[in-house]
Amino acid sequence: MAQDKSSARKAYWRANLGLMGVLLAIWFTVSFGFGILLRPWLDLVSLGGAPLGFWFAQQGSILTFIVLIFYYAWAMNRLEARFADRLGSDDMPDPGAPAATQEDAS
Amino acid sequence: MSVTLFWTGFFVITSFALYIGIAIASRVGSTDEFYVAGHHVPPVFNGMATAADWMSAASFLSMAGLIAFSGYDGSVFLMGWTGGYVLLALLLAPYLRRFGKFTVPDFIGDRYYSDTARVVAVICAIFVSFTYIAGQMQGVGIAFSRFLEIPIEAGVVIGGLVVLMYATLGGMKGITYTQVAQYCVMIFAFMTPAIFISLQLTGSPVPQLGFVGNVSDGTPLLVKLDGMLTELGFAPYTDGSKSTFDVFAITLALMAGTAGLPHVIVRFFTVPKAADARKSAGWALLFIGILYLTAPAVAVFARTNFIETVNESVYDAETTALVVGESETPDWFHRWETTGLLAFEDRNGDGRIQYRADPETNEVTTLNRDIFVLANPEIANLPGWVIGLVVAGGIAAALSTAAGLLLVISSSISHDLCRKVLFKSMTDSQELLIARLSATGAVLIAILAGIYPPGFVASVVALAFGLAAASFFPAILLGIFWQRMSKEGAIAGMVTGLGVTGAYILTYKIFGWIPNDAEHWFLGVSPEGFGTIGMVISFAVSVTVSLLTPAPPAEVRELVERIRAP
Repeated sequence: MAQDKSSARKAYWRANLGLMGVLLAIWFTVSFGFGILLRPWLDLVSLGGAPLGFWFAQQGSILTFIVLIFYYAWAMNRLEARFADRLGSDDMPDPGAPAATQEDAS
Repeated sequence: MSVTLFWTGFFVITSFALYIGIAIASRVGSTDEFYVAGHHVPPVFNGMATAADWMSAASFLSMAGLIAFSGYDGSVFLMGWTGGYVLLALLLAPYLRRFGKFTVPDFIGDRYYSDTARVVAVICAIFVSFTYIAGQMQGVGIAFSRFLEIPIEAGVVIGGLVVLMYATLGGMKGITYTQVAQYCVMIFAFMTPAIFISLQLTGSPVPQLGFVGNVSDGTPLLVKLDGMLTELGFAPYTDGSKSTFDVFAITLALMAGTAGLPHVIVRFFTVPKAADARKSAGWALLFIGILYLTAPAVAVFARTNFIETVNESVYDAETTALVVGESETPDWFHRWETTGLLAFEDRNGDGRIQYRADPETNEVTTLNRDIFVLANPEIANLPGWVIGLVVAGGIAAALSTAAGLLLVISSSISHDLCRKVLFKSMTDSQELLIARLSATGAVLIAILAGIYPPGFVASVVALAFGLAAASFFPAILLGIFWQRMSKEGAIAGMVTGLGVTGAYILTYKIFGWIPNDAEHWFLGVSPEGFGTIGMVISFAVSVTVSLLTPAPPAEVRELVERIRAP
């Protein structure tokens, strides 16, 4: 049982890291990529008068960031629900857990 | 002007009454409520409060004007001050919330099992927060003096007392709900003139879309602006002058700095669960995004309007006869001239204003970029109440940020320094008293700093971000994602990051030992972007030192396991 829990934790953490990796790659691409490094090429195309690279630097990246965070929040809730039965967070036999309560902290 | 004065007074007094009312309704009696609002703040409200906490007087009053005159280069602020939220939501906030305590030094002290690390973190937190708060108080004073005809000192004192009242009474709980109200005031104040100007220039009631809209003859607004600027000898708006590497470095430093600023991080301690911390980061960025997607539009509108109404206009119609097709210099230009922030010198004596890139022929000799957000309602001929609203919005932006910073200072002193290091046997109520006293002390210092601003305030904002990026960000990130990181590694990393970044910025911006220009910069990185280099050095030092020193004890590995588990 404990074995199962520890492997479930590892699987959960790996899934989380994988998701983060993809989202951070998008984060990097829209801002540092489209908005900065690839701008000379993107600027050849224009969007409503705004060269595309310039638009990504001033508006497009921000819009993407908002979507990324909401997607991550949603995907993590789904991931946690999927692992919930294998990883009950309430009955964690973790010695570190009690120190987490606010009473202990203050 | 008296109509404007009436409405400004009306909005400022009404908004202050609202903030104080909220403070009285949310008095607190425990440290838990004082530091983190009892972990009871719903994610949407926390998102709104974070947005107000984060958007300072600089975001509200200065950013659009700054972008208007730097074009593409201004993008570093837009990307840098929003992209940090992605880092926060993915890499830091949920884990710090699960850690479950009160402050950033709390996490550093526990994760690195060391009071030395905790004290280093306290020093960083206090230093970063004070550099920031002085600018906010100054912003309040300027808004008061220019629009309410009150001396700047009195304005700073009034603003300070209002913050003091709700911060000491309600702690984080009071601050949170006043910030929600302040967000509403500031976003309404920012959007109202933006919507009207967008309608006038592009016919679009959504200024965020007006940015990529067309002017009345069908030309896209940005194409028109680029054309006007090149004709006057300027670089096109959509082109930048900074080097690509420097733009990259500044953007990254601002992003990591945002994610590492203690007053932002601590907002995510106030929500009930880790899942709420993620969601709340999304709401925060959405609320920030409403303003940040509008700011580049306001910037384009302001620059276009400025050129169209000021350039080649007849300065004084009483002495110079108007030729057909010419127009008079608008009234707002004359009004702002009296403040000294705008100046005209008729070099060629033709009675008309020539606005040019070439300093030899340019006749707009002084042009302070900070005036544009405040002057916008006048430029667009909006009624006096809109100006009053914008002033109240600017004050809301400054006060909400000041309050968040104040709480970081007070909790660093009362909780991290007194309770955790100096007097470990203190009771909860003694700690609460010290928290209130240190908040009071911090306000008094902030008031003094606002009245007698140290000359370097403007340039130390770069320092605050650079230091946060080079100290807190690597220490917290590695603390969560790398179990092997030891206390020696963390302390060495934070101290080197701080030292290197601090020394670089001091050298160029404050003491001026080496000329502050691209030729003399290390690798061509400006002081604003040096936080990125400092961060890389801090990461490298942390990892090397950790590998050379003993691994952290078992309790710490368990702590890391726990904050990672769902």
